[in-house]
Amino acid sequence: MFAAFLQYLFSGLTSGAIYALAGLGFAIIYNASHVINFAQGEFIMVGGMATATMVAAGVPIYLAIPLAMVASMLVGVAMEKFAVEPARNADVVTIIIITIGASIFLRGAAQIIWDKEFHSLPAFSGETPIAVLGATLMPQSLWVFGISAVAIALLWYFFNRTMFGKAMLGTSHNRLAAQLVGVAVKKVLLASFALSALLGAVGGIVVTPITFTNYEAGIMLGLKGFSAAVLGGLGNGTGAIVGGLIVGIAEAMASGYLSSAYKDAIAFIIILFVLFFMPSGLFGKRGTDRV
Amino acid sequence: MNLMTARTGGLAILAVIITVAPLGFSNSYFYDVGVNAMFNAIVCVGLNLLIGYAGQISLGHAGFFALGAYGSGILTERYGVPAIGALVLSAAVVGVLAFAVARPILKLKGHYLAMATLGIGIIIHIVLKTEAGITGGPDGMSLGNFKMLGLTIKGDQMWYWVTGFLLVLAVWLSLNLIESPVGRALRAVHGSEVGAEVVGVDTSSYKVLVFVVSAVFASVVGSLFAHKNGFITPDIASFFHSVELVTMVVLGGMASIYGALIGAVILTLLPQVLAAVEQYEAMILGAIMMGTMIFMPKGLLPSLLNSLKRRGGGK
Amino acid sequence: MSLLKVEKLSKEFGGVHAVEDLTFSVEAGHIHSIIGPNGAGKTTLFNLITGVYTPSSGRVLFQDRLVSGMKPYELAALGMSRTFQNLQIFFNMQAIENVMVGHHLHLDRRFLPSLLRLPKVTRRDRECRDYCAGLMEFVGLAKYVDADAASMPYGALKRLEIARALAAQPKMLLLDEPAAGLNATESREIDEVIKKVASTGVTVVLVEHDMKMVMGISDQITALDYGRKLAEGTPSEVRANPEVVSAYLGTHG
Repeated sequence: MFAAFLQYLFSGLTSGAIYALAGLGFAIIYNASHVINFAQGEFIMVGGMATATMVAAGVPIYLAIPLAMVASMLVGVAMEKFAVEPARNADVVTIIIITIGASIFLRGAAQIIWDKEFHSLPAFSGETPIAVLGATLMPQSLWVFGISAVAIALLWYFFNRTMFGKAMLGTSHNRLAAQLVGVAVKKVLLASFALSALLGAVGGIVVTPITFTNYEAGIMLGLKGFSAAVLGGLGNGTGAIVGGLIVGIAEAMASGYLSSAYKDAIAFIIILFVLFFMPSGLFGKRGTDRV
Repeated sequence: MNLMTARTGGLAILAVIITVAPLGFSNSYFYDVGVNAMFNAIVCVGLNLLIGYAGQISLGHAGFFALGAYGSGILTERYGVPAIGALVLSAAVVGVLAFAVARPILKLKGHYLAMATLGIGIIIHIVLKTEAGITGGPDGMSLGNFKMLGLTIKGDQMWYWVTGFLLVLAVWLSLNLIESPVGRALRAVHGSEVGAEVVGVDTSSYKVLVFVVSAVFASVVGSLFAHKNGFITPDIASFFHSVELVTMVVLGGMASIYGALIGAVILTLLPQVLAAVEQYEAMILGAIMMGTMIFMPKGLLPSLLNSLKRRGGGK
Repeated sequence: MSLLKVEKLSKEFGGVHAVEDLTFSVEAGHIHSIIGPNGAGKTTLFNLITGVYTPSSGRVLFQDRLVSGMKPYELAALGMSRTFQNLQIFFNMQAIENVMVGHHLHLDRRFLPSLLRLPKVTRRDRECRDYCAGLMEFVGLAKYVDADAASMPYGALKRLEIARALAAQPKMLLLDEPAAGLNATESREIDEVIKKVASTGVTVVLVEHDMKMVMGISDQITALDYGRKLAEGTPSEVRANPEVVSAYLGTHG
């Protein structure tokens, strides 16, 4: 009984970590630009697919991973430069369509550059399950936890201890003030997309040995990452992480105890619940419009 | 733009185009594409009321379309309800569902609203896929023809004329609504919600009204589509389908009924035109979405009309 | 008869008391001005009265009926109408249509008849259009009747909002800084419009910084500072009140 619970918990934490990274990606871009990036999932997909196909083609994994991360960052930067930047002052509906268009475009490109097949990566440190209190934990899950934690720690350091990171935070709180003190807001925007793409790619790479990847992998991951971000409070980094873990665990629990068929629905039920009852999420702030 | 021209002139041109187009159809395949284009056009005219005129957004409208389709399918196949009754009943149920979710959802704005409607659409999709006992699951379900008053609508040609009539009717109804005080109130909500509120427009109720109307449009077309196709799968409720519908509206022109129509026709024809380069279809669709929104955010028709106005030396 | 009564009205935003313990009343048929330095809470007060904000405490009574907490559209039905400091014009519509929306509550708003374009709906609409064109003339916008709102100059838009508010046929009209951003000529024109409106029997409540206009036009003035009432009375009384003078009239007369 407890073993089953633990099993679901491990599974939930593993996917939760990926959702957390995706949610963080959403938060970073949202903070810098108030844009909801519907193509976030595609950053995850590019990371996984690029690595998997390179490894399959014979590239050593320690080379493939950084190359894939760079590739994803380039995609993020290109998207910002060519799709988001030109529409800087457009209204919300317009920007939403643009990022959805970008995600469809990237999926189509992935289909052509690679293929429609499922790809995988060998687990980083083998497939021998680890027994924990009656449940089994895959070593790759530990990699997921570990790398996610490292990524989050590095992010924290970046935003709180480096000049540019602090400048990015400042821009998210008050763009005009940031501009007035000399922050290059355009660079901040670019960096936010690059950073989110990087985060997504890391998540995508580290989870591919477990879940496999294909050109459509980004859709659900991205949307569930969004669920995490909304649950935590749009724009709040800690919230995104907590949200991601909650979504992952809720999914695993519902799938294990209720019905595995409705697993995917959990994240969206969470979105609706949050939007109906607490739109500012767990950690968000309520704002008022000035009239 | 002179209201008279948009109404009688536009409707007349539309009717003429629909009547004359088949002269260029060399086989029934053209009729088939024509019907699908008009189906999409009717859904888009309704969706445009929501997106273009009332200024809201829905990324889940394919869900209502699918509910209409499956509603008709289940009622006619499993319960022997006559096709027209099934269509009306499904539309009523969709209307009630849309009403129930509209009020809480439409309190949200911008991306929150987008995500809520997206969530609803996807949940509908998942339910349709999962409840295979009722819906046939991912394998889909079959339906018989649409029979009404002893008449069976069968074959692409018959469907073409029926749908053509319905499209003209839908456009007429929508134009009427837009030009009435109700329609003005809707546009006012888009212009400034608080400005509309202080002159007595109950903005929440109006947003709910237009959401329900557009959902019912989608449901009715869904039912008809199901009968015409004879076979439906849960993928008609997919996020991608919802996105297609929204793209048709924004491509053709928001706050422009004929614009929405044109957008629907273009995007329905596109895959046919691109059949040769089918693998690039997604990339091209994505590029169109981005390109239109970046360079012509008001959509094709309004942008074209604007540039014509400017060339003519202004009004 | 006091048309509007505000009793111990307070509104706080996260610890900041925008309006605090405010009590005053507006007599029917008067032009009543609210003055005060920036940040004194004038627009917040307007928003409280017109239902855009809900009070933290206190009440608003309109025609002796408790209205605090009611929604703006409900208040419109009771006879309240307003304009905004930051224009809330419907830029996606023509000027005349803006005014016609103002007349919304007096039109046939039934859904099915609208959908089917029944003659009753279209006839009332045509009458409305003529009525609204008349209102635009009343405020001096005759030449903009067929214009798009988006193409009109700022001064004209300010008057358009007034026309829209008048189309609702209100008992009480609240004007939030109608002269803001206008030059001397335009201000005088607005001044005339306000006097014309008041002469038709509409009670006008005015928030304004233009002291010349306020002193010249008002029957009663309420002066605010930091969300509280500083002074109240006729223009000459308020002008002479030393607290008001020191709070913000300064050396201007």
